[in-house]
Amino acid sequence: MNKREGEGYPRKNADAALDCATSASPSSPVVAAFKVFQQELDTKHDKYERLVKISRDITIESKRTIFLLHRVTSVPDAEDILNEADLKLDAVRQKIGQIAEELRGEDIHQFHRAFTPGIQEYVEAVSFLHYIRHRSLISLEEINVRLVFMRREKGTAEALPLGAQVLTFQVTPSDYLLGVADLTGELMRMCISSVGNGDIDTPFRLSQFLRQIHDGFSYIGNTGPYEVSKKLHTLRQSLGKVEDACYTLRVRGSEIPKHMLADVFSSRNTLLDPEEGVV
Amino acid sequence: MSVTEMFSYIQGFLSADQDIREDIRKVVQILEQTAREILTVLQSVHQPSGFKEIPSKCAKARELFCTVRTQIADLKTKFPVEQYYRFHEHWRFVLQRLAFLAAFVVYLESETLVTREEVAQILGIEVVRERGFHLDVEDYLAGVLIMASELSRLAVNSVTAGDYNRPLRISNFINELDSGFRLLNLKNDPLRKRYDGLKYDVKKIEEVVYDLSIRGLAKESGLESGGDK
Repeated sequence: MNKREGEGYPRKNADAALDCATSASPSSPVVAAFKVFQQELDTKHDKYERLVKISRDITIESKRTIFLLHRVTSVPDAEDILNEADLKLDAVRQKIGQIAEELRGEDIHQFHRAFTPGIQEYVEAVSFLHYIRHRSLISLEEINVRLVFMRREKGTAEALPLGAQVLTFQVTPSDYLLGVADLTGELMRMCISSVGNGDIDTPFRLSQFLRQIHDGFSYIGNTGPYEVSKKLHTLRQSLGKVEDACYTLRVRGSEIPKHMLADVFSSRNTLLDPEEGVV
Repeated sequence: MSVTEMFSYIQGFLSADQDIREDIRKVVQILEQTAREILTVLQSVHQPSGFKEIPSKCAKARELFCTVRTQIADLKTKFPVEQYYRFHEHWRFVLQRLAFLAAFVVYLESETLVTREEVAQILGIEVVRERGFHLDVEDYLAGVLIMASELSRLAVNSVTAGDYNRPLRISNFINELDSGFRLLNLKNDPLRKRYDGLKYDVKKIEEVVYDLSIRGLAKESGLESGGDK
């Protein structure tokens, strides 16, 4: 026991460990073995921490992209915003490239827990952008196709004979699923804010799309991972809100004469194309 | 790709995943059964009469490990090798038990700490991840920690059985183990939680050694055992 007190606490752990080993049993196979384990565990934990860090960065950048995309509803020219979002997502993809780099030669599932939040957020952002552009759901394949990275730093200098090394990152189906579930929340917000802006076309289209996603999730039911069933509940709430909004629009729309309805909305937001106001 | 198509694609993936898990669960259940059998065999060393039978019990346990090897070989065929960690949770518990049992057998035979390579060999698996179904270092360490608490029990029972010699040897062994574990920088994970229990095992054994030495029971035999250790 005295070896614990006698040896230097202030020193680095490995140092203290070394002293501890020599004072206990100089060439003990047990201690030698544990030194190997120490190294192995430390390497693993370090890698894990690095991945968590990258994942957090990805989450933050993706969230910002989503906020940016929410501005689309209130701006006349959406194209600028979409391009800016594209740029941001390119930066996020670079980060995912770093994850792929870290995971080279590793079992991806061993560290999956470290980066799954970031990836889900990325799926959310990228599918949101895709929806705004194409009014459709991005497929898992389309996401994965964009996550192919060429190694640059070393690839050009030394490893040319090997050919440019290609790294890929595969979003797992369950991460995709959870990201899409988050997407529905964003779509709900987009729907509500477009109502606020007098856009009465978008809510109906959104509710249709959300219903399709909801049906898809009901189809999967509880065969999916545990988190899916939790998110299904929130999804229902989002869908309910959107459907309520559409209902209100329809009812009010039938009360107010069409041309006046258009007036109401276009006066609220003069930038909006007047034709868009008419159902 | 329409939304419906996309979801049915994902659904297909998920149900395939579930089938694999189902298969794994079945094999792991059988494996747990065997592990319990080995444990029952080894538990008899705590009986007063069992101390003389240690070699034969170990031999019997070794035989049962043959069954374990075939069962693990069966488990290996249930999923792609590179997806070990995807399904790790399913066999983590039983693999730790088996590591413990292997370590216990080796300790009873030779009073040394089993190496990770030996455990892997006894279970018929690999040490390095790249080469297939392997023994994760954390699972190995967890198994060793289970053995530590088993040994503290063995120390108590060996005194009851009149073997005053063994607790001293166990004490040396556990102390060495403890200093080994103190080398590790553990995160706040299940392994760490288990390691926190080690100090109670150390304490228990030290108490036993104290009781023996204060009564002069361990003196001669203790020196003797110090010699052959």
